[in-house]
Amino acid sequence: MALDKATVARIADLARIKLPEAERDAIAVELSKILDWIEQLNQVPTDGVEPMASVAHMKLPMREDKVTDGDCRDKILQNAPQAANGFFAVPKVVE
Amino acid sequence: MTIKGKSGDWEMVVGLEIHAHVTSKAKLFSGASTAFGAEPNTQVSTVDAAFPGMLPVINRFCVEQAVKSGLGLDAQINLTSVFDRKNYFYADLPAGYQISQFTRPIVGKGKITLDMPDGSPREIGITRLHLEQDAGKSLHDQHPSQTYVDLNRAGVALMEIVSEPDIRSAEEAGAYVKKVRSILRYLGTCDGNMEEGSLRCDCNVSVRKPGGKLGTRCEIKNVNSVRFVMQAIDYEARRQIGVLEEGGKIDQETRLFDAAKGATRPMRSKEESHDYRYFPDPDLLPLVLDQDWVAKLKAGLPELPDAKKARFVRDYKLSPYDAGVLAGEREDAEYFETVAKGRDPKLASNWVTVELFGVLNKRAKTIADSPVKAQALGELIDLIADGTLSGRLAKDVFAAMVETGKGAKAIVAEKGLKQVTDTGEIERAIDAVLAKEPANIAKYRAGNEKLLGYFVGLVMKATGGRANPAMLNELLKKKLSG
Amino acid sequence: MSALTALSLAQARDGLKRKDFTARELSLAYIKAVEDARPLNAFLKETPERALAMAKESDARIEKGRALPLDGVPIAVKDLFCTEGVETTAGSKILKGFVPPYESTVTANLWRAGACMLGKTNLDEFAMGSANVTSAYGHVESPWRRPGDNRPLVPGGSSGGSAASVAARAALSAIGTDTGGSIRQPAGFCGIVGLKPTYGRCSRWGIVAFASSLDQAGPMTRDVRDAAIMLKAMAGHDPRDSTSADLKVPDFEQAVGQSVKGLKIGIPKEYRIDGMPKEIEALWQRGIDWLKSAGATTVEISLPMTRYALATYYIIAPAEASSNLARYDGVRFGLRVPGESLDEMYENTRGAGFGAEVRRRILIGTYVLSAGYYDAYYLKAQKVRALIARDFEQAFKQCDAILTPTAPSAAFAIGEKMDDPISMYLNDVFTVPVNLAGLPGISVPAGLSGEGLPLGLQVIGRAFDEEMVLRVGSAIESAAKFDAKPQFVAGKA
Repeated sequence: MALDKATVARIADLARIKLPEAERDAIAVELSKILDWIEQLNQVPTDGVEPMASVAHMKLPMREDKVTDGDCRDKILQNAPQAANGFFAVPKVVE
Repeated sequence: MTIKGKSGDWEMVVGLEIHAHVTSKAKLFSGASTAFGAEPNTQVSTVDAAFPGMLPVINRFCVEQAVKSGLGLDAQINLTSVFDRKNYFYADLPAGYQISQFTRPIVGKGKITLDMPDGSPREIGITRLHLEQDAGKSLHDQHPSQTYVDLNRAGVALMEIVSEPDIRSAEEAGAYVKKVRSILRYLGTCDGNMEEGSLRCDCNVSVRKPGGKLGTRCEIKNVNSVRFVMQAIDYEARRQIGVLEEGGKIDQETRLFDAAKGATRPMRSKEESHDYRYFPDPDLLPLVLDQDWVAKLKAGLPELPDAKKARFVRDYKLSPYDAGVLAGEREDAEYFETVAKGRDPKLASNWVTVELFGVLNKRAKTIADSPVKAQALGELIDLIADGTLSGRLAKDVFAAMVETGKGAKAIVAEKGLKQVTDTGEIERAIDAVLAKEPANIAKYRAGNEKLLGYFVGLVMKATGGRANPAMLNELLKKKLSG
Repeated sequence: MSALTALSLAQARDGLKRKDFTARELSLAYIKAVEDARPLNAFLKETPERALAMAKESDARIEKGRALPLDGVPIAVKDLFCTEGVETTAGSKILKGFVPPYESTVTANLWRAGACMLGKTNLDEFAMGSANVTSAYGHVESPWRRPGDNRPLVPGGSSGGSAASVAARAALSAIGTDTGGSIRQPAGFCGIVGLKPTYGRCSRWGIVAFASSLDQAGPMTRDVRDAAIMLKAMAGHDPRDSTSADLKVPDFEQAVGQSVKGLKIGIPKEYRIDGMPKEIEALWQRGIDWLKSAGATTVEISLPMTRYALATYYIIAPAEASSNLARYDGVRFGLRVPGESLDEMYENTRGAGFGAEVRRRILIGTYVLSAGYYDAYYLKAQKVRALIARDFEQAFKQCDAILTPTAPSAAFAIGEKMDDPISMYLNDVFTVPVNLAGLPGISVPAGLSGEGLPLGLQVIGRAFDEEMVLRVGSAIESAAKFDAKPQFVAGKA
C-alpha cells in the first residue's frame, strides 16, 4: 500500500503529531514499505475464524461500588506542566 | 406532524441520544466518587487522570444499573458485550480515548410508549443502550487565554440511550425525554436531574417532504432541559426547511443550542469528520452476563410507569389522563397511593393533582419536600368524607396546613371551621338574612333567579363559610318559594 | 568484579542468611559496580541512597532471622515501571521529569520481598525496539565486544539496559518487559537468562503501557534458578489489572533442576527459516542433543502460521500503542511544548517528545485502525493471531515444551540495521509468536557465535506452565555450561 503525502498528513493530524515538512516524503516511503510488508497477511485464509478477544482466557472481573480512590488532588496535579486554582490549564478552546 | 413551509408540507425526522449518569457511588472503571459539586480535581484517581500504567476495572453495580434500565425500556439484554475505545483528542479526555461500547452494546433493541397530551399512545423504538465513561469538564470562561480542566466527572458511568429516528415533532421529543427520565427514576438507575447534568440530550434532526427520502441531519449537542429540547428541535427543523426552500443544502454539522437566543448555531471547532478508530479495549475482557442473574434483576424490578398507570385506571377507576399524571413520577404515585388507601380514589386524585401539585409548582418544590405529607392530606380528606368539612372549607384548611404545617384536625379545632349541617342553625341564618332583604326577595320571586347566588353568598358569609352548601341551597330555595 | 558481585542471586541469598556478609556490603559493592558501568549507559538513574536504606531494613530482618525471600538483593528496574518518587521516563523525552505518585505492582511486590533498588535502566523508547538504540537518552552498549573488534555492540532491546547491567555484573538481577521479545532477545544477546511469563501471570498495573494485549513483566538474571526466585516474588493476582490471572503462584524454584526424563520436546519445523545462519542451526541441534542425553525425546511439530507472526505483531502492537500513547499530550505530566491552540500544543509536544521509531509505530497504528482499514488490517491480524494461538494449542497436544533458537543472529554493531526498520523487526522472528499466543518463554545462554558472542536457546511452554519452562531451561543450562564472560565486567581492573 503506497501512502501519499496527503494521507500521511491526515494520519499525523489524527495522531496529533507535528511532522516537519522536510521529513514527510521520507516518512511516507517508510510507512508504505512497512504496510507493504504487513500486507502479506492477505494470503492467510481466515474465513470463519473468530478474531482473538484476549489471550487472557477468563471472564471480565468486576469490583464493588465503593469509593476507594480520589480525594488526592495534590497527587493528581503535582506533575502538571501548568495548573491553576486546582485545575489543569491548557490553551483556550473555543467551541 | 407536518410543518407548513413555503413550498408545501414538511416533516421532521428526529432521533435522540440521551446520556444518563448512572446512580452509583463510584465511577465506572475507578474507585473515585461520583458525587456532584465537589472542589475541582478532588474526585479523580490516577486511573481517571490516565496516568502511565493505569488500568480500568469495571464497577459491577454500574453493569447492574444498565441491565435494569434496559429491562425498563423493554429491551433485549445482550449477555455478551464488548468495551471499545473511542479515540479522539480533547482536553477533558485524559487518555485520548473514551471507553465505550461500539459494535456489541450491553442492551439491544427496545421500545417505550409515550404519554401524549391528547391521551393517544405513541410507541418510539429504542435502538440500543450502552455503558461509557463521561468526560471531564472544560471551563472556557475562567481565564482570558486558558481553558481550565476539571476531571471530577471524567470516568463517571453514563448510559447512552439511542432512540430510533421515530420522533416526528418537538412535542413527541419532549414526551420521549420525560418518559425515559421517568423510567430511569422509577428504577433508581439515574436521578434524571437535568440541571445538575445527570441527564443530557443530543438531538439528531433532519427534515423531508412526507414520504420523501431522508434528509441530511444535524446534531444538536448537550441540551439540558426538556423545554430546551423542544425549542431546539423546533428551531432546527424550521431552520433546515428555510435553507432548503431557499434552494440551499444542509451541511452535516454538530450544533449547540443557545438558550438565550432560542436558536442553534454550529460549533466553532475545526470541521473534520471524526475518525474514532474504534477497537476492543485490550485492557478489558468481554463482559459476560449470567442469564439467571438477569432474570433475578428482572424479577426484582419495581412496578414501572405504564403498568402503574394501567393499574390506577383499573383499580382506582381513574381516567387515563389522571392516572398518567400520577404515575409520571414514582414518588408522586407512592404519595397518591398512601392518600388513596381506604379513601375515595377520585377525591384523593383531585386533591393530589390539583390542590397539592398546584402548591408544589408555585413553590417550586418536589413531592419529597411537600409541606403537606401524604398522611396529613389523607386526614383532611377523611374530614370531608365524614361531613366535618365542605369542599370549600377543606380548601381553606389546606391553605392553612401549607402555611403552618399543622394537621387538619388541629386547624379545624383552632379556627372552629367545622361545617354547619344542622338544619335549624342554617334556617336561622337564612331567616336572619332574608329579614333584611325584602326588596330582593320580591325581585327573585318575580323571576330573577340569579339572585339565589346573591342570597347564598350572604348566608355563607353570615355562617363564616361553614354552611353545608347543598343543604343551604335546598333550604334557601324552600324559604324563598314561600 | 568483586567477590560479592560474582555471586548469583541464590548464592547471595544463602550468603546473607549465613551472615557471610551484610546486605549493606552487598549493596555497596553493586553501587560501585553501577558507577563503574557508566560507560555502557545502562542506567538512566542511579538510586544508591534508596538501595542502602532498603539494605538497612533487610539487615535488620536478617539479623532477627526473619529474612524475606529477596532481602538484600540489589535489583535494576527497567525505566518502564513506575516507581514512586523516582523519575520514570520510558526512555522518552515526553516523560522527562515525570515522577510517579504511585508504585507499579510488580516493583511493589519486589520491595515487599526485601529487594533493594539500584536504579532505573535504559530502554528503547516506550519499549519499541530490539537494540536499545531508540532511547532519547542515548543507546546502551553491550558489555560484550567481538574479540579484536572495538566497535560497540547492541545489547538487544527493548530491555537493553537491564540486560547489560546483569551481564556486566552491575546488578544482581534486573526486571524488564517483553512485548515481542524484549526480555528474551536482549538476554540472548547478552548471555544471561530472560524469562517472559504467561500473559496475566504478572500484573501490568503501573507499567507504562506499550501494547496492552502483549506486554508482560519478567526477570533477567544470571541463571535459571535466579529467574525462578525472582518470578515467584514478582507474580500474583492484582485486582487492579483486569487481565491479571487469579491463580496461585507456584514455588517456581522447585522446578529448577528437575529431571526432564520422559518429557517430549517439540521442534517446530517452520522455525528453520530461510537464510538461517549455520551456527544458529548448529546450536539448536546441540540443544536437542543435550535434552535427549538428559532423557527427553524430541518430536517435530508444525506451527504453520509462524511466518505471519511478525506481520501480525506489527499490526496489533502499533495499533494498541497508538491508543495507549495518546495520553502523552502535555496536559497532566511530562513535556509540554506551547502552542497557540490546544491542538497546536498537542502537535508540538508530541512532535518534539516522541522519537522516530515511536512516531513511526503510532502512525502505522493510527492508520491500521482508521476508517476503511480496520477490517483489512486490525481485524484480519486478530484472526491470524487466533490461528497462531491455535497452532500452539495443537502442538502442545504432542509435546510438553518447545525448543527454538532465541534470535536469528548474535548481537550486531550499534549503527547496523538502521536503514530499514523491517530488518530491525526481524530480530524478533522467534520470540514474537510467543507473545501473540500469550505463552511463557525463557531464553537460556547456550553457546558462543563464531565471533565469540552469546547465543541463546528459547524454551516455550503451555499457558501458566512456567514450571515446565524453568525445568527444561535449567536442563539446557546444565548441559551448556555457559561460563563465558563479557569483555566489560564492572569492577574488573
